[in-house]
Amino acid sequence: MTTAGEKRGNGIIGVLPIALAAALFVFFFSQISAVSRFGPQMVSVPWVPALDVQLAFTLDGLSLVFALLISGIGTLVMLYSNSYLAGHPQYARFALYLTLFMLAMLGLVVSDNLLALFVFWELTTLTSYLLIGFGHESASSRRSALQAMLVTGAGALALLAGLILLGSVAGTYSISGIIAQGDVVREHALYVPILVLILAGAFTKSAQVPFHFWLPNAMAAPTPVSAFLHSATMVKAGVYLMARLHPALSGTEVWLWTLTILGAVTAVFASVLALRQTDLKLALAYTTLMALGTLTLFLGSDTEYAITAFCTFLIVHSLYKAALFLVVGCVDHGTGTRDAALLGGLARAMPVTAIAAGVAALSMAGFPPFLGFIGKELKYAGALAVASEPVLVAGAVLVANALMLAVAGVVSFKPFWRPAGGALPDTPHEAPWPMLAGPVILAALGAVFGIQPDLIQATLINPGVDSILRARGEAKELHLWAGVNLPLILSVATFILGLTLYALHGRLRAVLTRWDEAAPHFDTGWDRLLDGLKAVASWQTRLLQSGVLRRYLLTIFGALFVTLAWTLYARSPGIPALSFPDLELKHWAIIALIIAGTIEVALTGSRVAAIAALGVVGIGVALIFVIYGAPDVAITQLLVETLVVVLIAVVMLRLPHLDENRRRDWRPRDAVLGAGVGVVVTMIVLQVLAQPLDTRLTDYFEVTAWPEAFGRNIVNVILVDFRALDTFGEIAVVLIAALAAYALLRTTKEEVEK
Amino acid sequence: METLIAIAIGILTAAAVYLMLARNVLRFIFGLLLLSNAANLLIFTAGRLTQGAPPLIPKGADIPPEGVANALPQALVLTAIVIGFGLFAFALVLIFRAYTGLGTLDSDDMRVAEPKEQGR
Amino acid sequence: MNSLILQVATRYLSALLLIFSVYMLLRGHNEPGGGFIGGLIGATGFVIYAIACGTAEARAALRVMPQNIAATGLGIALLAGLFAGVMGDAFFTGQWLFIGASGEDKGLPLSSVLVFDIGVYLVVFGSVLTLVFAMEEEV
Repeated sequence: MTTAGEKRGNGIIGVLPIALAAALFVFFFSQISAVSRFGPQMVSVPWVPALDVQLAFTLDGLSLVFALLISGIGTLVMLYSNSYLAGHPQYARFALYLTLFMLAMLGLVVSDNLLALFVFWELTTLTSYLLIGFGHESASSRRSALQAMLVTGAGALALLAGLILLGSVAGTYSISGIIAQGDVVREHALYVPILVLILAGAFTKSAQVPFHFWLPNAMAAPTPVSAFLHSATMVKAGVYLMARLHPALSGTEVWLWTLTILGAVTAVFASVLALRQTDLKLALAYTTLMALGTLTLFLGSDTEYAITAFCTFLIVHSLYKAALFLVVGCVDHGTGTRDAALLGGLARAMPVTAIAAGVAALSMAGFPPFLGFIGKELKYAGALAVASEPVLVAGAVLVANALMLAVAGVVSFKPFWRPAGGALPDTPHEAPWPMLAGPVILAALGAVFGIQPDLIQATLINPGVDSILRARGEAKELHLWAGVNLPLILSVATFILGLTLYALHGRLRAVLTRWDEAAPHFDTGWDRLLDGLKAVASWQTRLLQSGVLRRYLLTIFGALFVTLAWTLYARSPGIPALSFPDLELKHWAIIALIIAGTIEVALTGSRVAAIAALGVVGIGVALIFVIYGAPDVAITQLLVETLVVVLIAVVMLRLPHLDENRRRDWRPRDAVLGAGVGVVVTMIVLQVLAQPLDTRLTDYFEVTAWPEAFGRNIVNVILVDFRALDTFGEIAVVLIAALAAYALLRTTKEEVEK
Repeated sequence: METLIAIAIGILTAAAVYLMLARNVLRFIFGLLLLSNAANLLIFTAGRLTQGAPPLIPKGADIPPEGVANALPQALVLTAIVIGFGLFAFALVLIFRAYTGLGTLDSDDMRVAEPKEQGR
Repeated sequence: MNSLILQVATRYLSALLLIFSVYMLLRGHNEPGGGFIGGLIGATGFVIYAIACGTAEARAALRVMPQNIAATGLGIALLAGLFAGVMGDAFFTGQWLFIGASGEDKGLPLSSVLVFDIGVYLVVFGSVLTLVFAMEEEV
């Protein structure tokens, strides 16, 4: 990071992503009227026709809300990063990752095919890995990046299985097609496995308890990445998936209870931990968890209030959370620290940041007239509308909201308006305008939409709710003032409780820290898990890769023996009778020659004897070729035997003896295995000979050799004409072997000369 | 004779396996040679044996006389012999190179790529 | 080996083997022989020469690096195969030209198949000599 003002950006590489994101935002913005008036917009291109995978894109209300958030916040984050990382030597890489991520995320939310959706899903995992690990010199960055990827990647595997099951149950991978037949899916025997697998993917991606631990660690990424990926967009992919498949999967007891309970637990658990943090970024990370839990909680239900609350809170949260993350980046940039205990009195030095932070925090805390207030009212209305357990759900939301208010105070009030807790590393100074644009615009939008909820009611909320509930005109009205009702009373209770918690947060933090340290940690468990995995890997590597050639060969020959013997035993009609008809002395003599030579090679301790015996075997084999009408083969065999002897003789001059004492080589275990393999091979050959010979190829060659190929030596005609391509491959192999051997020998010489 | 050759193939294979399991890589190479001989004989025999009638078409005839030897396995074996020679030569150079580099012919001691781990 | 008789005899023997190898190559299409066998015989001739008179002299007699011969052979075989493609047939289909053919007498046949076999000859010849020369020199 360089100090502000020194450098204004990163040249064209910094500007291009901003322009791209802005153009995408303008495009999606222009689609608002079409979507809200005419319903989903579709485009389809065949991708893998064989698997019925299409690049089908649908832009309905839900996709549009997400697409606008992604491209809009994307534009501001790119602008911000360009200053935040101005002059960073690897900025091009960073911009590439961030742009790739944005495109993958957009693909994810507009894809209408389950498999295409999955590919984009994995692309966001990959780019997230690269972005978290952007500071790759730090070991903890690398660890966090790997952890995020392994957790979400493992979830994604489950998700893939779930999506494939879902696709096969519904008979199509088109999302709109699946949604259209929700009843079929819900009543299918595989419904519960599908649900479990898909939720495993969604929960890991959206960091729900007990998979939440990766998200706070992911804060190792540069702050704009945290703002973009780990609060506003990527972690919402899981939520998006649940919302997308809501029409097909929701409405059952399993769905309701899983989402409600895990969402509520995550929300409360995370907001308690948020208060414990002193690092501003970590505090925000935990409130992100809280928001994700709340969103999950609402998706459990299918009442209009809950879904309206979902859509509204989705927008509210993205606006204020991205703003606050960017503010924290500004604070870090301006003071050199993010420690809440140290920071204070920054309002004077950083007035714009302070105001943006204040506005965003008021929205987060849920004060009127900000959009956060409307969101909170709707949350209560939605919670009360959850038919099964309104008190429990409303209670969880109340506690979470109050804690959020307290955290908002810690993050946005104390650092700016309260006295500092200690000396700051840098003299506080305001960030340059590109870094202020994001927080200011996002915070301002929270206020504008709060005062004028009509701006998003018809354009975003209604189409979004409609696409989740598969009906039109179901969304509830957004009001700043809805009269004195239960949600309002709960709001007042939230303010009182929240302000109390804020006032006490110093003491509470001490208590929480003690508890937190006493409680078992997922993170240590994670390290142990990875260590265990490595231990298993090295254990099985040692087992399989002993590094001893003989052991590998023993395994190979042993397996060969077992499989051949088993096949013979299981499939063979019996041992064919051994018969030796029409044998003359010369036949017996040749075979005896071969066998004697073979045994001598196997057992001798003298290499000269071995070479001689090898020659005997080779000549014996050549004699067989001679007797049985294969003059070409016989000549070749004899010539090759000659050359083999020449080569061995040359090399022998420099190699030691086989055995210093020329002892016979006798290894009983190897002999048994060798004999076993030999016996099964003989049996196989006898079985082959007992089968009728298929001579179609030979007949064809015999008939066509002269009339069509003009050759009288059929063997040669086969080699150079009928099967010339094979021969070409074979001579190429010969040449390569010769050149490789030549190269090996040359390096020897050079080494010796050295 | 087929039966007899089948037995010879078995013995060649058995000796080849035995030799390839030896610690001395020179023996391994001898095993390799025996194994290629066994394979060549196997292919040749699987095409059946025909005594004294090479697959040649006499002058003036369009097709070979009835009962000539099977030409196809001969063609296969012929190239197999030459390729086997290439393989053998390369393997021989390799062990020679290994010997000049490592100073041993014992395959148990050739552990540059997969060195022995500590304490085992 | 410093045997004068061997050295003198080898010069003739090698020349004979070389001529014989070409003969085996050319007659290979109709009688036992062909590129593989011819190449091996030719190579054996030079191997004997190298054993008797030394590798340096054998290399000098050969004039060309054996690996270049082998590579050229592979190129010739490839061209012979591709030639069929130029003529509109599938690759590696034999192409024939009969000079002075009349009725039963097919005259002097020239074919891409023979060119291919020459390629095989050169590859085998060059590869074996590459190996043997290198071994003799380096070991």
